[in-house]
Amino acid sequence: MPIDLEKNPDGLKELDSKIRSLRQDVGRKSLSGKDVALPPSLAGIAARAGVELVAGVAVGAGVGYGLDAWLGSSPWMLVVCFILGSAAGMLNVYRAVNGMGMALGYTSKNSETDQNKSK
Amino acid sequence: MASPVEQFKLKSLVPLEVGGVDLSFTTSSLWMTVTVAAVTAFLTLSMRGGRLVPGRWQSMAEMSYEFIANMIRENVGAEGRKYFPFIFTLFMFILVGNLVGMIPFAYTFTSQIIVTFVMAATIFVGVTVIGLIRHGLHFFSLFVPSGTPLILAPLLIPIEIISYFVRPVSLSVRLFANMMAGHTMMKVFGGFTVLLGVLGVAPIILLVALTGFEIMVAVLQAYVFTVLTCLYLNDAIHLH
Repeated sequence: MPIDLEKNPDGLKELDSKIRSLRQDVGRKSLSGKDVALPPSLAGIAARAGVELVAGVAVGAGVGYGLDAWLGSSPWMLVVCFILGSAAGMLNVYRAVNGMGMALGYTSKNSETDQNKSK
Repeated sequence: MASPVEQFKLKSLVPLEVGGVDLSFTTSSLWMTVTVAAVTAFLTLSMRGGRLVPGRWQSMAEMSYEFIANMIRENVGAEGRKYFPFIFTLFMFILVGNLVGMIPFAYTFTSQIIVTFVMAATIFVGVTVIGLIRHGLHFFSLFVPSGTPLILAPLLIPIEIISYFVRPVSLSVRLFANMMAGHTMMKVFGGFTVLLGVLGVAPIILLVALTGFEIMVAVLQAYVFTVLTCLYLNDAIHLH
């Protein structure tokens, strides 16, 4: 829609404020309102879930082993941390598959922003 | 015939030892240098004209810029804008590093776990420091999921802490494992081609498909690495 500057001298200012307000709306969304991100492939999700699970167990066991060596409490910390690490791994798989990204926690305080960053 | 994993062996090009630490310039360093030079040349040469209506090269440079700018805006929001230089550099380094590794006889430095782990650890430490600076001690509320019953807190907090420390490991292992597995597989099929003689046509056809798949993996893994960096940054900046 062309602006007739002679009839409407404030036309440019109006357009400017319009653009500004639209920009703010867009903020965290793309112009089309859709996610521009690549569609998640099943193989990608599977690979990510696998890595997530293994890394959880490995880090848990590693932390437990380290604590045992430090505190001399072998094998108790290894056992406890192995179980906690497995739980953390499963939790991360749940989050990755559930589309909550890598966010910690179960629900977001702000569900609107949660939608935008779900991948 | 060479073993499929021999391609990952580091060769020292310029031996150098400082204070008992091996600082040799290796094949990995060489290809990192090539990658940085290629990215710099691509971005500076294509933007040299800086025309209003972009040509092919300028379009490519602008597209990569916009791709990362959009990624940060969607995943982190306006506050993430000042971390653009770091994230853009990271993306271009991994992307071009992965793609350069697809050139025959080139070394894929992203197939080394120490390279990917250093990048992931830098991001992990950086993001934690950003979170601590922005939120102070309140940052640790990240480890207490909202809506946790008090009885479950002693169980859930250690799980959340371990889950937080898993991040650099899963981030680095994902990139490293994808690159290493892909390149090993290509070498194995290459070996089949040599062993089968005339029948080697079959693995060659598969190898063509595999090469295309590897290029897709190279781009996808650079994207995944960068997106996860953005998500971690978002967690540190916005806290749930």
